[in-house]
Amino acid sequence: MKDVTGEQPLLELKSLEKQFDLDQGFLETIKMRGGKFIREKRAVHAVNNVSLGVERGEALCVVGESGCGKSTVARLVAGLLAPTAGEIHYDGERIDNRSRRAMMPLRKKMQMIFQNPYASLNPRMTIQQTLEEPVKYHNPALSQGEIADKVTEVMQSVGVDPSWSRRYPHEFSGGQRQRIAIARALTVDPEFIIADEPISALDVSIQAQVLNLMLEAKDQRGLTYLFITHDLSVVQHFGTRVVVLYLGSICELADTATLFENPKHPYTRALLSAIPQLKDDKPNHIRLRGEIPTPINLPQGCPFQSRCAYANDRCGAEQPRPLQQPDGSMVACHAVEENRLDT
Amino acid sequence: MSTLSTNPEPSRLSRVWNSNMAYSFRQNPVAVVSMAIFLIITLAAILAPVFAPFDPYDPAQIDIMNSEYPPIWVDGSDAQFIFGTDDQGRDLWSTILYGTRLSLLIGLCAVALQAFLGISIGLIAGYVGGRLDSLLMRMADIQLSFSTLMVAIIFLAVTQAMFGSAAFNKYAVYFLIAVIGIAEWPQYARTVRATVLAEKKKEYVDSARVLGFGPLRIMVRHILPNSLSPIFVISTVQVANAIISEASLSFLGLGMPPSQPSLGSLISSGFDYIFSGSWWITAIPGIVLVVLVLVINLLGDWMRDVLNPKLYKG
Amino acid sequence: MSLLSVRDLTVKFAMRDQTVTALSQISFDLGKGERLGIVGESGAGKSITGFSLMNLLSRPGFIDSGKILFEGEDIVQMNEKQLRSIRGNRMAMIFQDPMVTLNPVLTIGQQMVETLMAHRSLSKSEAAHISVLKLREVYIPSPEERLNQYPHELSGGMRQRIIIAMALLLDPELIIADEPTTALDVTIQADIMELLLELCQSNKVGLILITHDLGVVSQMTERTLVMYAGRVIEAGRTREIINDPQHPYTQGLINALPQQTLPGHRLKQIPGNMPGLGALPPGCPFSPRCEYSVDRCRTTLPEIVQYAGIEVACHEVKRLHNADETQEQSA
Repeated sequence: MKDVTGEQPLLELKSLEKQFDLDQGFLETIKMRGGKFIREKRAVHAVNNVSLGVERGEALCVVGESGCGKSTVARLVAGLLAPTAGEIHYDGERIDNRSRRAMMPLRKKMQMIFQNPYASLNPRMTIQQTLEEPVKYHNPALSQGEIADKVTEVMQSVGVDPSWSRRYPHEFSGGQRQRIAIARALTVDPEFIIADEPISALDVSIQAQVLNLMLEAKDQRGLTYLFITHDLSVVQHFGTRVVVLYLGSICELADTATLFENPKHPYTRALLSAIPQLKDDKPNHIRLRGEIPTPINLPQGCPFQSRCAYANDRCGAEQPRPLQQPDGSMVACHAVEENRLDT
Repeated sequence: MSTLSTNPEPSRLSRVWNSNMAYSFRQNPVAVVSMAIFLIITLAAILAPVFAPFDPYDPAQIDIMNSEYPPIWVDGSDAQFIFGTDDQGRDLWSTILYGTRLSLLIGLCAVALQAFLGISIGLIAGYVGGRLDSLLMRMADIQLSFSTLMVAIIFLAVTQAMFGSAAFNKYAVYFLIAVIGIAEWPQYARTVRATVLAEKKKEYVDSARVLGFGPLRIMVRHILPNSLSPIFVISTVQVANAIISEASLSFLGLGMPPSQPSLGSLISSGFDYIFSGSWWITAIPGIVLVVLVLVINLLGDWMRDVLNPKLYKG
Repeated sequence: MSLLSVRDLTVKFAMRDQTVTALSQISFDLGKGERLGIVGESGAGKSITGFSLMNLLSRPGFIDSGKILFEGEDIVQMNEKQLRSIRGNRMAMIFQDPMVTLNPVLTIGQQMVETLMAHRSLSKSEAAHISVLKLREVYIPSPEERLNQYPHELSGGMRQRIIIAMALLLDPELIIADEPTTALDVTIQADIMELLLELCQSNKVGLILITHDLGVVSQMTERTLVMYAGRVIEAGRTREIINDPQHPYTQGLINALPQQTLPGHRLKQIPGNMPGLGALPPGCPFSPRCEYSVDRCRTTLPEIVQYAGIEVACHEVKRLHNADETQEQSA
């Protein structure tokens, strides 16, 4: 699958950082500490020093729990947010500092599918209007007939009955709306799709329909996916490679098969063991201490140290860097590096 | 793959009739009665030249000898004048019809002006955010800290002094529309901005941005149509307020001149005679004004109940 | 005698132009200390079942007919006062969003003490003491301090633990948990589920777990009801249902999970959507989506029949089973 070695990845994130300021006005930065007024700016460190590449034709999954920064990564790549530091390159060109107009050609190549199909369609536009708008906007030269043909073709390809086109989104179920949202993304013939938890708001039987649809689109159109999810069973099915994020930092990056057979980072192991299993009724998951700390003013050292059974002094002082393992995966953990884990 | 039954497309009319809003309207007798009264008053006002037996603007039809006839159900009335006549001998019924027309016209136009200013400013402030938002909203705060009437009184008094009474009277309608329109835009701007801030976070706006649409298109095509509910609600209240503002200003002698009376100036002109027994010159236009404002407010209340996103999930 | 016995429970919703049946003749039993899972997709009626059991339905929903016998007494016939003595006291409910149950302007301690004192004649300090014990039972660190904290000061997992502690406060005989962990992360979910299981087992509390997640049901419960469009379509021992589901819908639901298919291959999807309650097809509600449906399925509603130890509402269950066996033999 990856015979493209030597070629540059389709999407590359270089030391990407994103912080959200909590104290925005000047007055909010002034605080009382021990009887003294001090100026302090607090920030949420949503994404910290994330570097990764997405190869053409693959489905890279980003997993993690809430607050790990996975949606922020998606929004940074989509250009909905501007990074605090770092660079985003698409097809070899830097895109994070472009103006809206300069981004325009890219908008046809890169599209996004959102989590909540109840919010991602404009409630006041019919399905026809929703799907026509991007075609018209990006291809002003097309005639009305050509636009209609294009819309019908996309609708058929995602299993949306063209006779629904004059209805409004509220007349459809969640699964149907998500199909329509996917159809809208496909109207501009993209090559790269960012999918931010596209099935987590849907029922199980509908999840399968939408996942199948996305797999079909991948095969037929040669799409590349950046797939954000919290559901590891979906990752195992859909992803070619997986990135595990914790508190905005990469824990582990590996081929899907490698990750599921041989997870290395203590967090990845805990995450994998926590999936409720269907056929085996012995809950034997690795219990983590405590809960995810807030991403405000991160602690020094490894972000996972407060919940990790293997944490030692070094973990408290120094943040581990992702290191290449013999099987090709990248793991950011001192314990793995020092071979302290019992495997 | 599709299991959706292929019902025949419902017609636009039946869709409107079956909508939640039409249904709740039919279920609410207060709203139905208010709407009926509002429509009757509006129709009568629009068709004033048809219904009115006299033209109150035509001096040739006014005879000072007819002044202060009481309404026909009071002794000493004249059968020509249903509601009696005013101090100048004008038929009160005709004058009220024409006056209501003026009051409604000024109210609606002033609200249209408010809405235009307020919606544009609110959309921009909410969508762009940052410093521009702070600047525009501080302007709105400052504007709100002056009472509408105070601004209007100062403005109208100054213009009256500058242009002289004759010229002022000629353009009084425009001055009133402008001053009521400009004084109240912050109401709209604040409401629209709050709605825009809520809508802006929704994913359909993000998806429009990812599709590369420009800010103007996103604001007008995507956010504005989804912000209409609070705009409708506030509009009804504002029309009622504008009619009252106009009446108050006219009552104070800063609005419509007695030769071209609105409801407010009619009430005002009758006020001098109320103690000499001619109560009807003030009372009847007063009742019309109160009923008009009341039904508009009742309609506004009903609309707020229906469109309240917490009570009604669309 | 069983703890809870539901017989032909029918719940309707009076909508503006029609009355729709949200639950249709639900019947099941729950023994003391037994754990029952109610599984279904959104709109299947599983949450409405939970609310009905507490007689908590509000307009436009109402219990049309049927009995809910809680230790022999019919909850449907009870007045407000009798209900209050049962709700929270002998029967507790845990919701998906902890903030529904927790009052944001009162401290955890105030809320727990208030609940205790409303149902038991206890002094304030005794109530506080019991609260601390219960918080310790759900592994909340430094429980004395938590009593003085407000709900918003705690994390999501911590809040859900407190909800569980509050549900256990009056030593109820039955806990109804409606999607208790759906809003939580996987690692926290696993913790909370383990805790809930442990507490139910050690205190002999009955549990009705309402969820969409077959994996959770499989780990937590002894028996399972599968609901579809307001009906129970399959009921039996959880292990048997998971390992050998009889109803085509349950089979489809399990087969649709990504774990059941090789990575990268097409998932076995159930076509179509669940019908709306106002637009149920005649006959079996699942028939339009069912690959085994025959004419009879589209006209007559299937009765619940016993098959291989499982109660299942399907006309074609025998044919299905035979098909399975021939497949296995040929394989």
